[in-house]
Amino acid sequence: MIKRVGVIGAGVMGAGIAAHVANAGVPVVLLDIVPGAAARAVETMLKADPAPFMHRRNARLVEPGDLETDIAKLADCDWIVEAIIERPDAKRALYARLEDVRKTGSIVSSNTSTIPLAALTGGMGARFAGDFLITHFFNPPRYMRLLELVAGPATRPEAVASIRDFADRALGKTVIDCADTPGFIANRIGALWIGAALRHAVDLSLTVEEADAVAGRPFGVPSTGIFGLMDLVGIDLAPHVAKSLLLTLPPDDAYRDVYRDEPIVARLIAEGRTGRKAKGGFYSVRRNGVDREKVTLDLANGEYRPSRKPALDSLDAHATDLRALADHPDRGGRYARAVLLDTLGYAASLVPAIAGTVDAVDTAMRLGYAWKWGPFELIDRVGAAWLAKALREAGRPVPPLLERVGEGRFYRVEGGRLQAFAPDGEYHDVIRPEGVVLLEDIKRAKQPIARNASASLWDIGDGVACLEFHSKSNSLDPDVMAMVGRAVAMGTKGAFRALVIYNEGKNFSVGANLGLALFAANIAAWGEIESLIEAGQKAYRALRAAPFPVVGAPSGMALGGGCEILLHCSAVQAHAETYVGLVEVGVGLIPAWGGCATMLARFAADKKTPKGPMPPVARAFEMIGTAQVAKSAAEAQDLGLLRATDGITANRDRLFADAKARALALVDGYAPPEPATLHLPGPAGRAALAMAVQGFVGSGRATPHDVVVSDRLAETLTGGGADAIDETPLEQVYDLERRAFMALLKQPATLARIEHMLETGKPLRN
Amino acid sequence: MTDIVIAAYRRSPFHFAAKGQLTRVRPDDLAAQVVRALVAETGIDPDGIEDVIVGCAFPEGEQGMNVARLISFIAGLPRGVAGVTVNRFCGSSMQAIHQAAGAIALGAGEAFLCAGVESMTRVPMGGYNLMPNPVLAKDYPQAYISMGETAENVAQRYQVSRADQEAFAVDSHRKAAAARAEGRLTDEIVPIGNVAEDGCIRPDTSVEKLATLKPAFRADGTVTAGTSSPLTDGAAAVLVCSAGFAKANGLQKLARVKSIAVAGCLPELMGMGPVAATRKALARAGISAAELDVIEINEAFASQAIACMRELGLDPARTNIDGGGIAIGHPLGATGARITGKAASLLRREGGRYALATQCIGGGQGIATVLEAVP
Repeated sequence: MIKRVGVIGAGVMGAGIAAHVANAGVPVVLLDIVPGAAARAVETMLKADPAPFMHRRNARLVEPGDLETDIAKLADCDWIVEAIIERPDAKRALYARLEDVRKTGSIVSSNTSTIPLAALTGGMGARFAGDFLITHFFNPPRYMRLLELVAGPATRPEAVASIRDFADRALGKTVIDCADTPGFIANRIGALWIGAALRHAVDLSLTVEEADAVAGRPFGVPSTGIFGLMDLVGIDLAPHVAKSLLLTLPPDDAYRDVYRDEPIVARLIAEGRTGRKAKGGFYSVRRNGVDREKVTLDLANGEYRPSRKPALDSLDAHATDLRALADHPDRGGRYARAVLLDTLGYAASLVPAIAGTVDAVDTAMRLGYAWKWGPFELIDRVGAAWLAKALREAGRPVPPLLERVGEGRFYRVEGGRLQAFAPDGEYHDVIRPEGVVLLEDIKRAKQPIARNASASLWDIGDGVACLEFHSKSNSLDPDVMAMVGRAVAMGTKGAFRALVIYNEGKNFSVGANLGLALFAANIAAWGEIESLIEAGQKAYRALRAAPFPVVGAPSGMALGGGCEILLHCSAVQAHAETYVGLVEVGVGLIPAWGGCATMLARFAADKKTPKGPMPPVARAFEMIGTAQVAKSAAEAQDLGLLRATDGITANRDRLFADAKARALALVDGYAPPEPATLHLPGPAGRAALAMAVQGFVGSGRATPHDVVVSDRLAETLTGGGADAIDETPLEQVYDLERRAFMALLKQPATLARIEHMLETGKPLRN
Repeated sequence: MTDIVIAAYRRSPFHFAAKGQLTRVRPDDLAAQVVRALVAETGIDPDGIEDVIVGCAFPEGEQGMNVARLISFIAGLPRGVAGVTVNRFCGSSMQAIHQAAGAIALGAGEAFLCAGVESMTRVPMGGYNLMPNPVLAKDYPQAYISMGETAENVAQRYQVSRADQEAFAVDSHRKAAAARAEGRLTDEIVPIGNVAEDGCIRPDTSVEKLATLKPAFRADGTVTAGTSSPLTDGAAAVLVCSAGFAKANGLQKLARVKSIAVAGCLPELMGMGPVAATRKALARAGISAAELDVIEINEAFASQAIACMRELGLDPARTNIDGGGIAIGHPLGATGARITGKAASLLRREGGRYALATQCIGGGQGIATVLEAVP
C-alpha cells in the first residue's frame, strides 16, 4: 500500500507529480536541493492555469522541504520518486543517500525520460536494485494519462505491482510497460517524428502554417502541429532530448539519419525565442499599442511575418484522407509522405524492441502525445501494404513486422473482440487491465437494444443498461430526449434493473444543440422549441422518478443540459477530470431542463445552507448567474453540482465499471426520491437579487443584457409570485424556467449571444 | 440633572471578516469576553447593573435571539441584570449609550453595560434572508441603496476627489499604525485567545498603492476598497453610569455625556448623516465645533468623512488621532461604543474640555454624542 509518497526535485515535473499524488488524497513530501524551492513550487502551482491541483485544499497534503535538512522525512515514505537533473552521477549519488534513510520495503523510482535503468542501478547494491524502477510521467502530470513503467531484471515483482496499482487506480494513469531502451516508447517515436517534421519542412520549403496544417489534423495530431507543439513545450528542450538520444541509441538507429541540427532552431534558442514561455517561438504576437497581430516565423530568414492560412491543393482535396494526401504531388503531399514514411516506418521497426505489443505503442502515442491514432492505427488507415510499397519505392528498408502483416491490418475484430497483430505473426486479443470495462469493447460484441441517430441503449450485463449519447459533441437534441424516455419506459417494464448514462466521447455532453436552437428561433418555430424544452423536462423528470436507479458517469465537459441530466440521476460516478457547470447565461438563457429547480432543491436540503427562504435561492442565483464551472469533480462537489455522496474515479478507463457497480449497489430496495417542495421568497427575493445585480452593474461587472437574463433567473428561482409562507411545489419552478427560457430566446440580445458563441466559441458580453 | 458618565471602555481587537484571526469566534462569545473583562477591570458589583444594552446591525443567526441576554449569560453576569439588543445599523451601540443616558436621566437605573458586536464573517451584511418590500424597492429604491453607491454619491455631490480620499485613508492607516506601535491601543484591547492586536491596519500602504485600485462600486467612480472601511469582526463595550454610582464604586470617570442627538437625511447621501446630528448635539450642548478638543467621526468611507468634516468645520488635527474606521475596521454594531469610548478616553488622555463622537447610518441617518471632561 502506498500511504505516503516522497518526491525529490521540485521542478515542473517533480512538483506536478507531488500535486497529483495529493490529488489522490495521499500525503506527499516534496524536497529540493535549493532551499525554499519546494515551498515556492507549491505556491506557484496554486496560481498556475491549468491547475496542477484538482482542489486548492490538496496543496495542504504537500509538505515542502529542503533536501539537505529534511531528507529524514523520506523515512516513512512508501514510494520515493526522484525527479532531479538528468545526470546519472547526480541521480546515483542521491540514491546512495536514500539507502541510508528509506525504510525496508519502500520503493524508489526515477522520472527519467532518457537514462536507461541499467545505468541508474549499476553499482547500487541488491537492495536498491530490487526496489527500483522507472516511472516516466508526462507533462503536465495531472492531465497526461500516460505513465511509462520500466522494471529492471532485479526489480521485485511486488514493487512493480504496487506502483502499477497505485498509478492506475489512485493517480488514474494508463500504465504502459516499456523495455529498458532509450526514450522508452513515446519520446522515442515522438522525437523522430518532430525531427522528421522539422527537417522535411525546411527541405521542402513549407511554411510553418503549412507544415502544421499537413502534419496536424490529417495525422490525427492536435492542431498545434509540430511547430505549435515545440512552442508549447519549449524549443530549447529539443536539443537536450536529441543529444541524450544520440548518446544512447543503437549505432544504426534511423533517428541518426533523420535528426539534423537545424540552424533556425539554434538561432531561436540563442535569441531566447524559445516558445510560449518566452512569448514567442515559431509563432508569436506582434504588439503595436493595443493592436495585436499574429505573426509566424519565416523558416528561410528567421524573421516574423503576418500569419497566413495555408493554401495547398493537397490539403484542400484530402484533409481527411491521409493516404490520398501523401499521394498528392504538391509539396504538401510530398511533405505528408516524407513525415509518414519516416515516422510509421520507424515505429514499425521498433516492435518488439521497445514494447511487446503494437497496442502498447499506439496507446503510448495517444496518451503521451495526444495523437488521435497511434502509429499502427495510422498504418491501418493508409494500409500496411501501401506503406511497405511506398518505403520500397523510396529505397528504404521495410521493417520485418510490416513485411509480416503483409496485406493485412494491425487490428481486427474477431468474434466481437479486438485483436492486434503481434511479432509472432499471430493476432492476439487486446488485453485490458484487470477490472477495466470499456463500452467500446461491448459495442464490438453486441447490437444495441435501442438506437436512434443521437443515442443508443446497450445491455452491459448483470441487468444493467447503458444510455450512450453519440450525437455531434454529444449535444442534446430531440433524439437524445426520445432515447431517455425510451430507456425509462423499458426499465419500468423490467427490461433492466439499473441504468448507467455514459459515453466514451471526449466530453460527456456540452449541452443542448445551440445551432438547432438558433435555427428554430430564426424561423420563429417557437412551438417546436417549447415542445423540445418540455420534452427534455419530461424526460429528465422521468429519469428522476424512475423505479430503478440511474447513475450518471461523466468525464470531460458536462455543461448546460449535460449537467442537468446528472442533476436528475440517483447518483453520479464522475471521472476526476470532469468539468461541470450550468453555463446557459453565457448565451443569454437560463437552465430550463430542471437545472434551476434541481439546484434549488439541492441547496435547500443542504445542511450547510442557512435557514430561511433566501439562502438556497442566493446560492443557486450566484452559481447559475455567473455560469460557474467546476474544473474537477472535487470542485464540483464543493459547488454542489455533485453531491458529497457521489463517487469519483481517478482512472478514465475504470469509470464505466465503477458506475455500473454503483448502479448495482443501489438496486436493492431502491425507491425514487420524494418530490420536493420549497418555501420560496417570491417578489421580495426577486427585489433583493435585483439590488445585488444593480451593484454589479454599477461596478461595471454586469452588462445590460446580464440584467435582463438575471432578472428572469431571479424570477424563476424565487418562485415567481410565491409567498414564503406557502409550500411551492418544485414543478412550479420547472414551469417558470421553461417560460423564462422562451421569453429570453425571443430577445435579439440572446440570439446575438448564441450566434457569437457558435461562431467564435466565446461568450458575447452584450 | 444627574451627571451621566462614561466610566470604562474596552474592545476586542478588530480583524478582517472572512480572512482575519477572529473568523472562528462566535459574536456572542466575542462580546461576552469584552464585557467580562470590563466588569472585572472596573471591579464593580455586577448586581448594580440595570441592563445590558447591545447594539448589533444584523441581529440574527449567532447574533440573534436577543444576543444581549445571551452575552450576559456567557459573561457570567447575575441573572437579575436585564438585557436588550438594539438596532440602528452602524449607530447601534452609540444608540445603546443614548438609551442608557436617557434611562439614568429618568432615574430608571444607575449603571448600564453598553456594548456592540458584529461578526461580519459569520452573519453577512444584509442578513441571511434579505427580503426587501418589492413595492418600496420599486417606488423608492433609495430605501435599499447600497452603501458603496452612497459613498460615490457623496464624493460627487460634495466634490471629494479620489486623491483626497486616498490621502485621507493613508493618513488613517499612518495614525493607527503609530498608535499601535507606540502601545496607545493596548489598554483598550481585550485579547481574544492569543489575538491581542488589531488586524486591519496597513502601515505600509501609500497613495501610490491606493491609486492602483479599481473603483469598487461604480465603474467610473472614485471610491475603492482602499478608501472604504473593511468588513470587520469585533466587539466593544462601555460602562455608562450616574456620577453618583461612579463615586460610590470608586470608578474613574472618563467623561460626562453632555448631549446626544439623532437625525435623518437622504438615504442616497447617508454618509452625510453626522452633519445634522452633530449640529443638533452641539446646539444642545451650547457649544460650537471650534470648541471641540477631541473628535471621533466614523470613517465608513473616506468620501463621507471628509465631506462631513468640511461641512461641520471639524479640525483634522483633532480628529481620529489614533486612526479611524478605514484603518482600525468597522464592525457595524460595535463601532458606536468604540468611538464614544475612545472619545471619552482621549479626552482624558489628551486633555481638553469637549469631545464629539459621531457616525453615519445606512438608510440615511446620523447619530452624535458630545462629551465633556470631568474634573
